[in-house]
Amino acid sequence: MVTDEDRARNVRKRYASERRFKGYGLLAIALALGALAWLVISIVSTGYTAFVQTRVQLEIHFDPQVIDPSGTRDIAVLRKADYAALYRNSIRGQFTEVTGRRDKRALSRLVSSGADLELRAMVLSNPEIIGTRAKVWLTASDEVDQFHKGAFSRKSPEAERQFKDKHIAWYDKLVENGQVEAQFNDTLFTAGTSREPELAGIWGAIVGSFWTMMVTLLLSFPIGVSTAVYLQEFAPKNRWTDIIEVNINNLAAVPSIVYGLLGLAVFLNFFGLPRSAPLVGGMVLALMTLPTIIIATRAALSAVPPSIREAALGVGASKQQMVLHHVLPLALPGIMTGTIIGMAQALGETAPLLMIGMVAFIVDIPGGPMSASTVLPVQIFLWSDLPERAFVERTSAAILVLLGFLVVMNFIAVLLRKRFERRW
Amino acid sequence: MDTVVTEPNAAALAETNAMIVARDVNVFYGDKQALFGVNLDIPENQVTALIGPSGCGKSTFLRCLNRMNDVIDVCRVEGTIKIEGQDVYDPALDVVQLRARVGMVFQKPNPFPKSIYDNIAYGPRIHGIVTSKAELDEIVHSSLEKSGLLKEVEDRLDEPGTGLSGGQQQRLCIARAIAVSPDVILMDEPCSALDPIATARIEELIENLREKYTIVIVTHSMQQAARVSQRTAFFHLGNLVEVDDTEQMFTNPRDERTQGYITGRYG
Repeated sequence: MVTDEDRARNVRKRYASERRFKGYGLLAIALALGALAWLVISIVSTGYTAFVQTRVQLEIHFDPQVIDPSGTRDIAVLRKADYAALYRNSIRGQFTEVTGRRDKRALSRLVSSGADLELRAMVLSNPEIIGTRAKVWLTASDEVDQFHKGAFSRKSPEAERQFKDKHIAWYDKLVENGQVEAQFNDTLFTAGTSREPELAGIWGAIVGSFWTMMVTLLLSFPIGVSTAVYLQEFAPKNRWTDIIEVNINNLAAVPSIVYGLLGLAVFLNFFGLPRSAPLVGGMVLALMTLPTIIIATRAALSAVPPSIREAALGVGASKQQMVLHHVLPLALPGIMTGTIIGMAQALGETAPLLMIGMVAFIVDIPGGPMSASTVLPVQIFLWSDLPERAFVERTSAAILVLLGFLVVMNFIAVLLRKRFERRW
Repeated sequence: MDTVVTEPNAAALAETNAMIVARDVNVFYGDKQALFGVNLDIPENQVTALIGPSGCGKSTFLRCLNRMNDVIDVCRVEGTIKIEGQDVYDPALDVVQLRARVGMVFQKPNPFPKSIYDNIAYGPRIHGIVTSKAELDEIVHSSLEKSGLLKEVEDRLDEPGTGLSGGQQQRLCIARAIAVSPDVILMDEPCSALDPIATARIEELIENLREKYTIVIVTHSMQQAARVSQRTAFFHLGNLVEVDDTEQMFTNPRDERTQGYITGRYG
């Protein structure tokens, strides 16, 4: 006999187990969010300093004797001049107490070895400047940059750092005069990569990623959508279409590096396409993205209610008209979402691109899909391997930029879905 | 159990001048046979009701008339169906042309997720019936008029058809069907998703449409069949059991299965 007591206990047990069940779910979410927060915090905390760059202000004398001794103002002469001498003279003029070749050289190395290019750009854009004196902010070397940002302490043993006590003394004097400042690091967003961290930027990789994504999108979207439409709406249901379907689903799970090997064997070795080109990278990534797009498109097509198809056929639409006028427009938000998620995957892909030579050290900004380039994730991979301390923060900054692109893409996918979904 | 008992004999059938003539129609879904040798004449400008318990094949037969069964891969149709002498299953026949002549209204109201105007204009547009915007406007208005919806939606033709009430949506679907000026309208349980008031309006509409169109309606409601139809065909387990004038059928059925069904003993 079941007593009221038993029943009450049963109810309590059920409530308790339900609370536990909810608890497990909350715990899982908390763990996932915690891991994500940790990741983001660690990247942001190492990376945010890379968005500013330490610069040193020097009073530069644009000495005609150095730049253009014969006074022709010929552009070829102006290009070839020894601009490094300008800032060398300036800083040595300020620290007259420094003697000896070695120390003098060390002194001028407080300024980045790329500073001569900055001076050259100034002169080329305005030759009038020759003969005048001006206070100019020049990019500091990576050691000054890191010290200024507090990456290492002056109390650490001198033997463990390249930035010796004498460097610190010079630096202190410059700081005293207000000649050192952290300014927005536009180099990071305008330059290609470089051996010198303070001159390295991700613009080359971003442009490379852009061309690669363009090729990927132009190939995988039309091919993927047409394949899905055919398989879903027109193909007869038989053994062949079953085999094709199973294979497409399996392709989605193939490790991406295998696509890289395929690209190497087929596109480079057989068709002889250029190495390191976004064209080939885009083709390889398109192969990788196709299954994602096909599967997402088929899901979106099959989610269109059959009543809409019947309605179209019922008023005498042909199958093609039914698909083009009714089914595809209704499936489009789902298709676009799938495509954007596929593209986001492709944007973050590194492994297949290593196989086809997009891993090279490329300083120039790629001019098109045929010119040698690298992409953002590969750039991150390359920088993470470099010994200079300043590359650590730049690696994190590049990761932040990549994550930013991915977040924006996913946000667009969500927006598209929200905007178009409630149409019936 | 004998299959077809109350059919007129074959010789009499041969001389029929009905609008739709079905002879010895067998339908298979894969290995399963859904219709067994159906012979049915459907006269012009009348409402013919197809009744019978669930799974009896009445909807299957209806969908044979405009070849909507083509969509189902495993479906196979044998026998002949002629509409005004034209064989529906003639391989040379363009199914799009057929469906323009034989319109269909479905169980669940299924307007396109477009404006009311576009819902009705879609058919005329794809069939190239109209040459000008004015003509199209004219067709949209007259179709709405005929379906009794014009007064309710006149000032909001740009609003989505899916925003209407269920009964209005179904009348919109009827307007969409008549916009391509068909000869026959097939209705597959058009009122099963509607409340009694909306049902009454549709039934009234069917009565009015009968003057211009031949209507075949599948219904689960025997009262509805009695109210709207002139002829009734009773299907049972894939067989056409009995077909007769509606009055005759409901007052004095010849087959005992028909009697059993209409008096509510099964079904």
